[in-house]
Amino acid sequence: MLDFDILFPSVLNGLTTGAVYALIALGLTLIYGVLHIINFAHGAALMVALYGVYLLKTHLGIDPYLALPIMVPAMFVLGYALQRGIINRASHGKDENILLVTLGLSIVLENLALMLFKSDTRSIETAYTLSTVQIGPAFIALPKLVAFAGALVASAVLLLLVTRTDLGRAIRAVAKEKHGAKLMGIDVDHVYAMSFGIGLACLGAAACFLLPAYYVNPQVGSGFVLVAFTIVVLGGMGSFAGALAGGLLVGVVESLGGLWWGESLGQLGIFALFIGVLLFRPQGLFGART
Amino acid sequence: MKLRLVPSAHLKTHGLTRDVAGIAAFAAVVGALTLALNSGVWLTFIMMALYATLLSQAWNILGGYGGQFSFGHALFFGSGAYVQAVAQLQGGVNAWLALLLAVAAAGAVAAAVGALTFRYGLKGSYFALVTLAFAEVFRVLAVAAPFTGGGVGLMLPLDESVANLQFASRKGYIALALALVVAALLVTAWLRNSRLGAQLQAVRDNEDAARAVGVDPWAVKLRAIVLSGAFMGAGGAFYVQVFQYIDPGIAFGPATSVEALVGAIVGGMGTLWGPVLGAAVLHLLAEVTRNLFGNLPGLNMVIYGCVLVLIVMLLPRGLVGIGRSVRDVWRSRHD
Repeated sequence: MLDFDILFPSVLNGLTTGAVYALIALGLTLIYGVLHIINFAHGAALMVALYGVYLLKTHLGIDPYLALPIMVPAMFVLGYALQRGIINRASHGKDENILLVTLGLSIVLENLALMLFKSDTRSIETAYTLSTVQIGPAFIALPKLVAFAGALVASAVLLLLVTRTDLGRAIRAVAKEKHGAKLMGIDVDHVYAMSFGIGLACLGAAACFLLPAYYVNPQVGSGFVLVAFTIVVLGGMGSFAGALAGGLLVGVVESLGGLWWGESLGQLGIFALFIGVLLFRPQGLFGART
Repeated sequence: MKLRLVPSAHLKTHGLTRDVAGIAAFAAVVGALTLALNSGVWLTFIMMALYATLLSQAWNILGGYGGQFSFGHALFFGSGAYVQAVAQLQGGVNAWLALLLAVAAAGAVAAAVGALTFRYGLKGSYFALVTLAFAEVFRVLAVAAPFTGGGVGLMLPLDESVANLQFASRKGYIALALALVVAALLVTAWLRNSRLGAQLQAVRDNEDAARAVGVDPWAVKLRAIVLSGAFMGAGGAFYVQVFQYIDPGIAFGPATSVEALVGAIVGGMGTLWGPVLGAAVLHLLAEVTRNLFGNLPGLNMVIYGCVLVLIVMLLPRGLVGIGRSVRDVWRSRHD
């Protein structure tokens, strides 16, 4: 069971999956960190992005990786519009209302997809779908490797955006002290919408990296929601570096859990980790106790 | 933050008398309607609306009065449902006795989860997420455990008799559901007029202040989650008796958790009649859209979701607060 030739590919596989998880969780942790809301529509938004990539490929013949410059801005605009037009307007500043609104949005998005695409599971064919790369004793699917690299690059870009730009400073100011930020002349509603937009833009990128090795159906997002929450909590809510590390960790835990206990019970490893961290280290594995 | 440790209007004894009178009137109206109606469609509607009310009222005890937002109330629902089914199938227990066991088991699960999460001071989003995760753990375990029938689920043999808690007519199930709803309403009425209820609302509004005047938040929240979980478990047992079937997705999936919390929040949290109104209106909405657009899969739920968002947008206090919400809009327009 602890044979290197079995463990190594499993860990590597977990890391590649984990990088995509991390990208999805980065969007969620940004939204949570700034707006202090649990975005229940995150999974549905990922589903929308996956259908976007799917349609671009099947109707216009655009390769999923080349769809990045289309999907990222498109998801950003969708996120900005949703926050500014619906969520902010409906929330009246109450958490339970935001929760209900994002829940309502996810119901609407999932069922619109059901209307338009039926409940069929769809995937795309590319020249590289079945290519593999050998690393030591492991064979890794090429799309998963690209996803791993892409997720790391996207995370780095996001980190730079938040730490090095004026927008990033405004986002961090609002996250920390929204009234103070307002007094300094920051347009809080705009920053909220920008954060929501960037959070969904992460999903646009994640979808481009995910689809070549994955599939899409109207319910596909729900499987990612709890995993993404787990990662956000593991890394400490609102922490980017934490989300990245947490994503990789969860990918590996899932992969090893599946190896030892089988596919369905392997998920228990994630939930056990999740509940354990919530109870004993709610500030996250990497967060400082406040 | 405003401290309302003793909601004075609620503690007067006439509050309880008035609530009980209201509940009696509610039961009489529903009972009379049931006896007068013979249309299967309407009887099914009343039955399912009562069932939705039971779930929402159960959630309301903890979420509305206690301010603890659970996203995983399916955990208690599913525990009750599986005990109801397994006790009869594997244990040969009578269905009425199984109902008591189901309620007790759901209460025990709630006590265990509550003791753990409240002991570690989980609040807000963290509490919501941990309940969601517990429900998922139980779902995975229900698929894997040897006595739950796995992913296929459990089927109860059809044997219609009162002793088996299986009724030939919808009216029997309505009587059962009405009894459970009335029990939940009475417990809620007692709670909001009791010392425990006052302490619970104090903890909801400001936990630190409540602790400072000698309230033990852990003990208060624990009692609330046990009451809430027990009624949710009754809902699960009721589901099994009506549909004679349960599987891990129905039992522990997020749909039931969502149904419970949406009804309570849309109707008005922390009120006696809000969950009744919310569950009934949402159930009516779901039924109407399904009948109108059932041939277009998805459209009915799109409309349901849109109406949900609109209700939240236009009626922030829920349906029972409709009067005050309208007055607020009126005032802001004429100021």
